Amino acid sequence: MSSHRIEIRVKPRPGLLNPEGKAIHHALVSLGWTGVEDVRVGKVMYLDLDAPSPEAAVEAVEAMCRKLLANPVTEDYEVSVVGEAEVVG
Amino acid sequence: MRVAVVTFPGSNCDYDLYKAVQLVGGEPTFVWHRDRQLAGYDAVMLPGGFSYGDYLRAGAIARMSPIMDDVVAFAHRGGPVLGICNGFQILCEAGLLPGALVRNASLRFESKDVHIRVERADTLFTSDYDHGRVLRIPIAHGEGNYEAGEATLEQLEGDGRVAFRYVSADGEVTEAANPNGSWHNIAGIVNDRGNVLGMMPHPERATEAILGSTDGLGLFTSMLRSLAPAAA
Repeated sequence: MSSHRIEIRVKPRPGLLNPEGKAIHHALVSLGWTGVEDVRVGKVMYLDLDAPSPEAAVEAVEAMCRKLLANPVTEDYEVSVVGEAEVVG
Repeated sequence: MRVAVVTFPGSNCDYDLYKAVQLVGGEPTFVWHRDRQLAGYDAVMLPGGFSYGDYLRAGAIARMSPIMDDVVAFAHRGGPVLGICNGFQILCEAGLLPGALVRNASLRFESKDVHIRVERADTLFTSDYDHGRVLRIPIAHGEGNYEAGEATLEQLEGDGRVAFRYVSADGEVTEAANPNGSWHNIAGIVNDRGNVLGMMPHPERATEAILGSTDGLGLFTSMLRSLAPAAA
């Protein structure tokens, strides 16, 4: 077993209103970045997990996403291994 | 009517709900979310609040509480379950009701009186109201924007499962009357069996004249009458 650092990107479903993104979009445009066409805000989570392999770690985290970490009605998710877990200060 | 008012860390409308049940002659009991004791109750109510600080998503952590397995089983047996505000969010997260409640389109926490129209007067929660009656009831939420996939929404509308809709004071469904951006101005829905109701507005805060409105009282009297026909 080794510890894997997993990155989970929870993204708002396309087509659904994303009020945070809309507010940030307005702020950027008002600051002069008039070329910004759209902003959508999601979440990134990092998780350290003991698993026999990176594939097993991803499989476990995908199950966590289905059960808890993402809402299937409004969010999509992507899971990837970003390296060995380490203690960060 | 013996009612279990389930409390989670961060519930804050539990006492209001308790009082509302008492006011109509029901017998409320607080049930802590770790105490898995729902036997002997006629109805379960999930109060408003900010369970677990709304971390992750509103209702997402509370939905994993030990008692929620019992609430789901209670609902599947046909037991009446009412979720108000955070309680509605928890019911959606738990899969007892379809859809999800996301950030208000205004991005503001909306705390004010709104008007909602009774779309279903034939449920055990609403039988004391006339169909189409407009109620004035407060809302207080940041995540009350009801979203569901197109197919789910069509099914809800097709089956007539929208219980309450945000309307103007004269009962019209308008964009201006929608406080949070909910699809089709949805303020409350029931499950397919009609024994689970989730709603964002707070009927328990509109049960005495001193609170500014008594329009929410009908919900509790409806439940009392539906659940205790012999005593009514």
